[in-house]
Amino acid sequence: MPYDIVVCVKQVPDTANITAEAMKEDGTVNRAALPTVFNPEDLHALETALEIRDGYGGTVTVISMGPPRAADVLRDCLFRGADRGILLTDRRAAASDTLATSYILAQAIRTVGRFDIVLCGRQAIDGDTAQVGPQCAEKLGITQITYLEEVVSITGNTVRVRRSMGHGWEIVEAKMPVLMTVIETANEPRPPAAKRVLRYKRARVLDELAGEVKQALPEATDPQREEEVSCRAAALAARGLLIEQWNLDRISADLSRCGLAGSPTKVHRVQSIVLTKQGYSEIPATAEGVQQLIHELVVDRTLG
Amino acid sequence: MIDVNRQGEVWVFAEQEDGSLHDIVLELCGKARELADILGVRAAAVLPGTAVTPLARRLFAQGIDTVYVVDDPRLKHYQTTPYERVMTTLVERHKPQIVLFGATALGRDLAPRVASALRAGMTADCTDLQISDVVEPRSKEVHAKLLLQIRPAFGGNIIATIVNFDRWPQMATVREGVMPLRDGDSSRQGEIVQEKVELDDTVLALRLIQRHIEPRKINLKGARVIVAGGGGVGSKADFRLIHELAGVIGGAVGASRAAVDSGFIAKDHQIGQTGTTVRPALYIAAGISGAVQHRAGMEESAKIIAINNDREAPIFSVAHYGIVGDLKRVIPMMIKSLRERQ
Repeated sequence: MPYDIVVCVKQVPDTANITAEAMKEDGTVNRAALPTVFNPEDLHALETALEIRDGYGGTVTVISMGPPRAADVLRDCLFRGADRGILLTDRRAAASDTLATSYILAQAIRTVGRFDIVLCGRQAIDGDTAQVGPQCAEKLGITQITYLEEVVSITGNTVRVRRSMGHGWEIVEAKMPVLMTVIETANEPRPPAAKRVLRYKRARVLDELAGEVKQALPEATDPQREEEVSCRAAALAARGLLIEQWNLDRISADLSRCGLAGSPTKVHRVQSIVLTKQGYSEIPATAEGVQQLIHELVVDRTLG
Repeated sequence: MIDVNRQGEVWVFAEQEDGSLHDIVLELCGKARELADILGVRAAAVLPGTAVTPLARRLFAQGIDTVYVVDDPRLKHYQTTPYERVMTTLVERHKPQIVLFGATALGRDLAPRVASALRAGMTADCTDLQISDVVEPRSKEVHAKLLLQIRPAFGGNIIATIVNFDRWPQMATVREGVMPLRDGDSSRQGEIVQEKVELDDTVLALRLIQRHIEPRKINLKGARVIVAGGGGVGSKADFRLIHELAGVIGGAVGASRAAVDSGFIAKDHQIGQTGTTVRPALYIAAGISGAVQHRAGMEESAKIIAINNDREAPIFSVAHYGIVGDLKRVIPMMIKSLRERQ
């Protein structure tokens, strides 16, 4: 029995390799200066989806919300085997907190239409909140299963999975539709397939085409550019290489629930953690040095 | 959501499993007491489960005034939907101004779902909570005594302070081990309120097939001294040095993610953002470079000794004592020196 699966993925700044240059003077992060990566746990969510589809049939649709350059992760999904990519991009969605983000994603998933399973990474490495998955499930009014480690079996409309509980695991069953968040121990994501890379590397969203046309035709008037964009879009679409680009109108979103207006939590202050050489006492790596250190720790009652 | 309610109580979600409270609950009770005193309101806990009423005494001892008990057979084993129903129903019934959850696997499954159902704010994984007046930048309106929800973000590279002006309750999950655990007062009394929440079997969306609980074998949070090894230890065989030093010193064994990923030691020894957060009297970091994710879990330690052969390793930025050298030479010297004293 085939299953229709929607996967939510996010392009994130590579927080593991943040350098001082990436911080602005006011202490906020200069996102534009950071290299971006496919959010690691979302790759495991995608792999889970592809494995289910390969085993049972069906479709894998990937949705990503972000700026136009987030089309990168959608191309990556197509390289790895996804059937369809949708970029959800709209300036009015900027500054959304997890509640607003999950509302927007849920509206997008509803717009996709039929789905049996929704998969998300447990959390994104820029915020580490792990809230969007559960909140999306609540918005869709469906069952959630967090911290998925293994899909044990799927029979009819019932999934049986093993989920981590932090200090152990449990095997549970749920009826579809179900939203599951996936952790990194769930699987080994497959690499991009060479043939699919050759095919989909030219896949674009409309905003990317507009940027390319602007560069290629610097002298052209706006109507001329628009015509060129729609011309290129039609050519790509004919070859199945136009990645869908949706905005908030396309998903019938209530604007009062999106962006800053739709976000109950506000950032009041941000401080960067600067690596301060606060000056430690250096102990020579000799027997005497170590002995002296231990003596100091005993004297100040840290030890003993 | 509920409207701003300055008479509202400060609440703690009392996470329990098989009749025993999670450690984080006791940490949260102390914090709730402190916040409630600043706000001049009562501190309360919500305790769902079956036959859990006896646990209320421990909550009173930690500073809680009222325990709302929800006793229902469907709440015996945690699953999201019935617990979500309990929390949203009670929030709408009693209108607390603050609700705190532990940032445990369970808390982070439940809390966001509750916030979504209430359409209220939720801040994940806070490491500090304070009360302060806040001026709203646009309207210049002054919001008195808001909850400052302070948390690391961007992989621990920044600390963000989050507020919720008007879509209350102000809710947060709080990281384990960051709020000091106070001494309880077992003579302290409180009020038990039995609450009814309409539940039927349709809320049981999950069917439990099998459950395997691994008892926490090691107590990193309670350890006075922790000796932690990282990828720089080099091999599982050499990690024995870490165990040996911990043994001589009477401390617990910790590890960085690199050491766990390399298979030197089990994951329940991991310290850092994805492991346990600790603040012992003495933390010895051997062969740990000190990625920000690791530092986030140990930098509050009273004394930190870093041993690393790379002078530029970031671990030295949080250390009080630094030894630049080969840990395979330095640790045996420490063991020898300690043994001589004994």
